[in-house]
Amino acid sequence: MVEFWGDYIWPAVWIALLIVAIVVPLLLAIAYLTYAERKVIAAMQLRQGPMVVGPFGLLQPIADGLKLLAKETVLPSGANKVVFLLAPMVTFTLALIGWAVIPFDEGMVLADINVGVLYLLAISSLGVYGIIMAGWASNSRYAFLGALRSAAQMVSYEIAIGLIIINVLITAGSLNLSEIVQAQENLWYFIPHFPMFAIFVASILAETNRHPFDLPEAEAELVAGYNVEYSSMAFALFFLGEYGNMILMSAICSVLFLGGWLPPFDLAPFTWIPGPIWFIAKISLILFIFIWARATLPRYRYDQLMRLGWKVFLPASLLWVVVTSGFLVATGNLPG
Amino acid sequence: MAFLDRTARTLLWQELVSGFALTLRYMFKPKVTLDYPYEKGPLSPRFRGEHALRRYPNGEERCIACKLCEAICPAQAITIESEPRPDGSRRTTRYDIDMVKCIYCGMCEESCPVDAIVEGPNFEFATETRAELFYNKERLLANGDRWEREISANLAADAPYR
Repeated sequence: MVEFWGDYIWPAVWIALLIVAIVVPLLLAIAYLTYAERKVIAAMQLRQGPMVVGPFGLLQPIADGLKLLAKETVLPSGANKVVFLLAPMVTFTLALIGWAVIPFDEGMVLADINVGVLYLLAISSLGVYGIIMAGWASNSRYAFLGALRSAAQMVSYEIAIGLIIINVLITAGSLNLSEIVQAQENLWYFIPHFPMFAIFVASILAETNRHPFDLPEAEAELVAGYNVEYSSMAFALFFLGEYGNMILMSAICSVLFLGGWLPPFDLAPFTWIPGPIWFIAKISLILFIFIWARATLPRYRYDQLMRLGWKVFLPASLLWVVVTSGFLVATGNLPG
Repeated sequence: MAFLDRTARTLLWQELVSGFALTLRYMFKPKVTLDYPYEKGPLSPRFRGEHALRRYPNGEERCIACKLCEAICPAQAITIESEPRPDGSRRTTRYDIDMVKCIYCGMCEESCPVDAIVEGPNFEFATETRAELFYNKERLLANGDRWEREISANLAADAPYR
């Protein structure tokens, strides 16, 4: 009995505590990401943004959350109820479980698995299911069309993302995210792989259905996209999932290209700041780019979106794989 | 050469970069919106807001029931009834303004020979029911008492231009 506790229960409790330690700050970050988005976009449009709830409107996200919780969950009579309610949960869960392999600092990672990158690719591909399920189960034309667009877009850009990640992998020689970060000790990969970094940022905009690639929610044509029929907490879960995905993608981007928890220079004032702070700062920077792009760029047309994904990003990243591997083989730097 | 120029601009994301630079520049500019309920914009002395019936300093109401305002009102929002008072002066017994009909054109104010009906600087008189917007004489006189200081200052400020 003692062995059973020692071998199974205590580790399980410990892991559950670690999960809570990751998820709770993450949910807070999601809430305040919506606040930051509204404030930054407001500033870029010479407005003030939320100002009424709390000092500088700081309690606005909490008020929004409470409002959504207090609303009624409307179940459309034509909807497939089980799938309809399952879809937001799937989306939200998938936005959270990716964090299992993200390293916050040296050794500070929930699951230090050797196929971390593959795991993340699998999770982000599964994300399509939540959307497809929502669109299909709503039994509504708008939701269905939005879901189809969303799925097509996410699948297209995942291919480009996969090829970009291959560049990083052959340079780092590992699928383990911690080792990828450590391989950037001397040179962060966004410098040698700058075109790939730019394409990666654009692709994660498309992957998370953000501006300027937010066609799935094109208000003008599709009302709100796959989540038209959702209300209350079901909608809130989609919303949290979307913003959680943004943060997850930013984290992946900073692990792959911006050196994760590493300080920019291995010198005294920079090394005093602990790794997780650097990591959060890098995530914030990429999230700022997300918001900045939303305030700057108009929405793409659907055919332009597909053209960009398949005819520009895909060949460019494929070409870069050839260039990178050629260079590594020619200079004898190929790791592993 | 034009082709080279265009291609270079495309590959170097010239428009993308300049667009992003523009929004970033705007982010640090002073904001133009006001924090409305706590911060209010300036109003002209001619501002045409909520109506008010004024009194003379001795407390006598100015309105002499000439009904010019009722006649000129393009929305026919004003209803006046009158009869002589015991002291022989003519005064209104009823002075109603339907604030829902009113288009805030200021014609009543213009037509009034004794500056009795005026449109004051108050624009925050939204109500929860429609009935509250049917103003009677009592309400209008109360408005006049409440806003007299601002109204007379505004009339004095605007007088040189009339």
